[in-house]
Amino acid sequence: MSRSMRPLLATAIIFVIAYALAVMQFPTMFSTRVLGNFLTDNAFLGITAVGMTFVIISGGIDLSVGAVIGFTGVLIAVLISWAGWHPLPAFALALAVAATFGGVMGLAIHYLQVPAFIVTLAGMFLARGGASVITQDSVPIHHDFYDWISELIIRLPGGGRLSFIGLLMVAVFILGALLAHRTRFGSYVYALGGNTVSASLMGVPVARTTVGVYMLSSVLAALAGIVFSLYTSAGYPLAAVGVELDAISAVVIGGTLLTGGYGFVLGTFIGVMLLGLVQTYIIFDGTLSSWWTKIVIGALLFLFIVLQRLIFAASAQGEKAS
Amino acid sequence: MMRRILTPLANPQLIALVGVLLVNWLLFPNFFRITWQDGRLFGSLIDVLNRGAPVAILAIGMVGVIATKGVDLSVGAVMAMAGAVAATMVVAGYPAPVAVAAALAVGLACGLWNGFLVAVLDIQPIVATLVLMVAGRGIAQLITEGFIVTFTDPVLIYIGTGSFLGVPMAAVIAIALMLLVTLLVRKTAIGLFIEAVGVNRAAASLAGIRSRMLLILVYGLSGLCAAVAGIIIAGDIRGADANNAGLWLELDAILAVVIGGTSLLGGRFSVPLAVVGALIIQAMNTGILVSGFPPEFNLIVKAALIFFVLVIQSPLASRIVPVRATAREAHK
Repeated sequence: MSRSMRPLLATAIIFVIAYALAVMQFPTMFSTRVLGNFLTDNAFLGITAVGMTFVIISGGIDLSVGAVIGFTGVLIAVLISWAGWHPLPAFALALAVAATFGGVMGLAIHYLQVPAFIVTLAGMFLARGGASVITQDSVPIHHDFYDWISELIIRLPGGGRLSFIGLLMVAVFILGALLAHRTRFGSYVYALGGNTVSASLMGVPVARTTVGVYMLSSVLAALAGIVFSLYTSAGYPLAAVGVELDAISAVVIGGTLLTGGYGFVLGTFIGVMLLGLVQTYIIFDGTLSSWWTKIVIGALLFLFIVLQRLIFAASAQGEKAS
Repeated sequence: MMRRILTPLANPQLIALVGVLLVNWLLFPNFFRITWQDGRLFGSLIDVLNRGAPVAILAIGMVGVIATKGVDLSVGAVMAMAGAVAATMVVAGYPAPVAVAAALAVGLACGLWNGFLVAVLDIQPIVATLVLMVAGRGIAQLITEGFIVTFTDPVLIYIGTGSFLGVPMAAVIAIALMLLVTLLVRKTAIGLFIEAVGVNRAAASLAGIRSRMLLILVYGLSGLCAAVAGIIIAGDIRGADANNAGLWLELDAILAVVIGGTSLLGGRFSVPLAVVGALIIQAMNTGILVSGFPPEFNLIVKAALIFFVLVIQSPLASRIVPVRATAREAHK
């Protein structure tokens, strides 16, 4: 086992142990039904987290994703329910808007040379504000297309169901992993996160890659918004508040290094599943209140950050100067 | 001599504040009217001071953190925790000073924890404080057991809504804190040390500055300020709402600090200007409310404001034209 795979392995082991403990207490948790719902319920979070993985590997952060999900949901709902559009062109428009939005953020981050978090913070305000200006109410969506999609399920033995959106998330993860580990763009992203200066000296197109990364993150957030609207059949400007934190947590728990340059898309998948497990466990238990979710996620986050620190302590001696 | 007095008054932040206030005045002619009623001042301007105080207090703590190239995302959650502690303790029958002291201690402890993660474990500030941002609100709900704890304790309510010499207590606390922290950083070497660490931590350490101690100190101060703001908010609504107290205020505080001209790249900061930044944000809030726009419009205006400040601060702008000139251009 190479040293660089250790965080991924640690996450996987912790997930297996946590799941085994949960199953020991509630044997019904080990069923296709629960596993299928894992995928469906976390689909929008997973898709967002794939984009966030790229951003964090490139050494940045994207705080706007939750707001983009909310904005996309509202835009789609308004186009379908008020303007009478078919969902597909509405989806296409939403993705195009998000691509522009992410592209502009990337341009600002690169050319203004300001920390990503403040630019994406402005993006978060803009998207959330834009959604609220369109409408402040929840806009329901009734369309045959939505009913058709929700009927698209694969039934598993044991009462489980694989929904379209759950499978979509899995597909996004696979494509994301290929993009990160098998393409030139992926290598550029890693190079950027490792060290921007040396990356640019090596001939990595820094501007293009930065813009591409934030575009990808926003487009995936918009896709997550589409999934969220399929999941809830409504658009609400305050939907998915705080999802950016869950996505960042999933990425970190998945073993991606927050300083950039190192990480796995697959690890993020395990991170998302671990967050889903915490939530499902708390629902199964029934006596624990939902705020325990936040505390447990915070504790997990802390655990993994310290773990990363310990694993990389030896190799990071040089930059550790304090 | 005249020049020395006038120069600080001619900075872009104060001009922007005056500009926003003037726009408010145009929209709402009674904006500057201040009346004396029941032993305290009333008026929109006083309201800006009063409502802006919590963000101003957060900004006072945040300045030091940002000046060391860090950021504290946990202040909103710390506010909720401090409010929850103060409220549950007075409800449980403890005297108010004890409850306030406990809440401040919780805030300080949270800040020191953040400082420990950043300074000793060397974790990036944005991530280190994210832990408490996520977990803190959960802990606050654990303290209040999921309820909004309401109280009738006169001391706590006085802190949130009372007035001192006619000025709202929240504003008095904010001004006192501003003076205190400004004196602390400008009359001792601490301010210089903070700037040195912000520019280059390794070099500062080599020059003999105990950067670890200093980082723990600035995060501790940020936590303490967050606790003060949390107590004020709890006193204001006479209850502790773990879900909503201080929600997204960390972003307003960061924005206030950035508007105040503190560089996000570390090394340059100003406490009073951060407070002015908080007042600009609040004046815009009030202006949007009195002019009848939906409050959501605020977010878009804030986004535009961040973008505008970033463009001014960016190396790109200073390469084309000197920063000062850009700032003046933009404010015309």
